[in-house]
Amino acid sequence: MMRSLLIRGMLVGLAAAALAYVVAWFLGEPQVALAISFEEAKAAAAGEATEPELVSRTVQETFGLITALAVFGVAFGGLFSIAFALAHGRIGSHRPHVTSALVALAGFVTVYVVPFLKYPPSPPAVGDPDTIGTRTGLYFTLIVLSLLAAGLAGYAGRRLVARLGGWNAGLTAVGVFVVIVMVIYLVMPSIDEVPADFSATVLWRFRLASLAIQATTWATLGLLFGTLAERVFTGTGAARRPAPAGV
Amino acid sequence: MANVAVPSARPVSLRIPVREIVPWAVFTAVLGLILIYFVGAEQGAVSIISGHTVHEFVHDGRHLLGFPCH
Repeated sequence: MMRSLLIRGMLVGLAAAALAYVVAWFLGEPQVALAISFEEAKAAAAGEATEPELVSRTVQETFGLITALAVFGVAFGGLFSIAFALAHGRIGSHRPHVTSALVALAGFVTVYVVPFLKYPPSPPAVGDPDTIGTRTGLYFTLIVLSLLAAGLAGYAGRRLVARLGGWNAGLTAVGVFVVIVMVIYLVMPSIDEVPADFSATVLWRFRLASLAIQATTWATLGLLFGTLAERVFTGTGAARRPAPAGV
Repeated sequence: MANVAVPSARPVSLRIPVREIVPWAVFTAVLGLILIYFVGAEQGAVSIISGHTVHEFVHDGRHLLGFPCH
């Protein structure tokens, strides 16, 4: 069972990466290109020599981006199948496709939206190279804290089901999550390294593109994996294996 | 549980025992975190392989997926 789910999770991750690439190509890459031309214009105005290209722009926006999205998709697809397996039957008695959609929504908010709101993604030319260590540390710390907050909220929700019922316990869990995240937001330092003359439009569109790419990835995980998991559980998709008797 | 030949009565909300999930979870988590590290952070904040080639190769993905890049 777990083996089938993990394989499907990783395959769905690849499918998610393919869709994410389409979104990245049409929404993200134009903004990256604008940000890079801003960076180059600034460097030229300051009289700096252009840096040698280790990897050409063409490779970066095709193979490089495809590789990054595919690796990210397979990794999250695998992890998603584990999260699904742990959640299924334990967050209410939903059908597999409902559990899958709920886990994807929770994952998207916890792993991406919460860090996005505090430390939004930045295009090239935004961000001081000297602070990359601090910024990366803060970003990953926030992801971990957000996951812990979700774990705590989920635990609280499960404890309250008997007293409040499924719906109200779920809402309380969401409330607990929001409160913990607000406290984390207040405690963690803010970062603003956007150059004064950087286009606000490019920045806004770049960030929306990033949001769209991640939303596409998580939506594909949630919906496509749900359909496949449904078949794993009902046995209709397992034509190659003999159906286990009595289950 | 009665075996009923109606699709909707199939036990679709069965729980998978945690003991069955754990080995897969540990392995997937270790492998997944390494993969995410290479897409999200290698040759940026920290560097295992020297140079900038990995960073430059995944450059656009790192920016667009929301990781701090440089």
